[in-house]
Amino acid sequence: MDSKLAIAKSEPIWNTNVRVISIIAGLIILLFALPLFGMNSFYLHLFIMIFMHAVMAQSWNVIAGFSGQISLGHGAFFGIGAYATSFFYMEYGVTPWISIFFGMLVSAIFAVLIGIPMLRLSGHYFAIATLLIGISFQVVFQRWDLVGAASGLWVTMTPEDSWSALQFHSSKAPYYYVFLIFFLITFFLVWLLSRSKLGYRLRAVRDDPQAALSLCINVSNYKIIAYVISAIIMAPMGSLFAQYILIIDPDRVFNIEISIIVLLITVLGGIGNVWGPIIGAAILVPISEYSRIYLGGTGGAVDLIFYGLILMIICIFKPNGLISFVPKDILERKKQR
Amino acid sequence: MKILTVENLSKSFGGIQANRDISFDVEEGSILGVIGPNGAGKSTLFDLITGFTKADTGKVKFFDKDIFGMSPDKISNLGVGRTFQKLKPFADQTLLENVMIGAFVKEKDIKRARDRALEIIDFVDLIEKRHHFAKELSTGQRKRLEMARAMAIDPKLLLMDEVTGGVDQKTIPGLVELVKKLKKTGVTIITIEHNINIIMEISDNVLALDQGKRIALGEPKEIQNNKQVIDAYLGTFDAA
Repeated sequence: MDSKLAIAKSEPIWNTNVRVISIIAGLIILLFALPLFGMNSFYLHLFIMIFMHAVMAQSWNVIAGFSGQISLGHGAFFGIGAYATSFFYMEYGVTPWISIFFGMLVSAIFAVLIGIPMLRLSGHYFAIATLLIGISFQVVFQRWDLVGAASGLWVTMTPEDSWSALQFHSSKAPYYYVFLIFFLITFFLVWLLSRSKLGYRLRAVRDDPQAALSLCINVSNYKIIAYVISAIIMAPMGSLFAQYILIIDPDRVFNIEISIIVLLITVLGGIGNVWGPIIGAAILVPISEYSRIYLGGTGGAVDLIFYGLILMIICIFKPNGLISFVPKDILERKKQR
Repeated sequence: MKILTVENLSKSFGGIQANRDISFDVEEGSILGVIGPNGAGKSTLFDLITGFTKADTGKVKFFDKDIFGMSPDKISNLGVGRTFQKLKPFADQTLLENVMIGAFVKEKDIKRARDRALEIIDFVDLIEKRHHFAKELSTGQRKRLEMARAMAIDPKLLLMDEVTGGVDQKTIPGLVELVKKLKKTGVTIITIEHNINIIMEISDNVLALDQGKRIALGEPKEIQNNKQVIDAYLGTFDAA
């Protein structure tokens, strides 16, 4: 008996699969090297969109996949982030590097304010409430003159490329690296989160709130914590996106489509799994971009039909997302029978 | 020393009086068995004590602390563990992860929480199943999982709802042995049990409920011969 316990205790807490680690390290190096091989601006744009959507989906994954609360209004935090950098830069000349944090802070505050009453609602009611809150942000910004109302904000352009203003006109490569670094940092932190005490407790809240309560876990507080973390991840993507396109308006950055796409990406890739959003974004974003190119304005909604089809196929055959194609021995520990 | 004192605890759902003026206390280190026909209010009583349901009136004291009206996470944090009649494992997580979630209450460090969880899993004899998902375990094993998970928070008082309910005859003796082994660790146990032979075997005292009311409280022998209990619950039970 004792020896079995001793063996169990001597096991490492996490599997370290050298093969997987080297593949990931190789991919990261490749991503840093890619622009050096003279990628044209379309491919740079494609990768920027993949990084951005992967982070946005990861934000949604934290609240929905880790803590089990379906939010349908996550676009609100994206919009807050976008407006935070643009507004403070235009009005007060604050560098986006600082106002990114304003965006995170304001998003976190709204997450608390929304979360305290709403997360007491269970299941579908939280989803419906967030859907309406997401839409109401768009309506408010459409009518708010201080931030340009419906016509939005046209960020003052710098004459030259500028790291301090986070504006690059001659090449997309600097944007590529900025998004790539945010993407890597976010995934690293969320990966740490999933392995932490907090990660364990969030999964407990997701799987069975009552059992979690019996284990000293304050379920409502943990849901709010997840919601705040999720908002803090989302806001910087809005900020960076605003710097990338330099024209923002409520129809674009508070669009309901943002809230839907993060859900689609996560479910496609694998909800509740740290790697799911990357896989989902790497597949859905190219479909969206290519359908935009080949079908143009007239076929604007064709990508949505694709999404619908893919999602149906996934739900029927691989309800845990594409991540479930990854061999089991990489994801799970060998079982003793 | 009294670990739990319950006074005049009442709860009604709409017109149904689920618990009516229930009073009893539990001596530290003992096992209290709770019996009664279906609908007698046994599980409701557990929910009232552990804070999962708010009682209407009454008093609940854990040692000297008034825990009436406290939220379930605060009550469990004081050292009151519980299992559920309808099992609630974290199904998509492994046995080890299930128990670790409880162990984090006492150990902040992940390695120490893991080791603590492993010791408890070993205690409930499931060490070989530690990396199995909870949904892959049998009902008997899931009962052990719930006990292990509740033990992981290091409770002084453990409320167990139907340890032997829904498992086959072959599995029962092992679970009963486990309850006895648990008692030896010093933890106080309140257990709901339908199997009358088991309750008589393991309990120091037995509380009998019927239609939300306490109808008897005493040592197993007294209860077995109590006329009200026989009428309400044991029926034609022959105390041979």
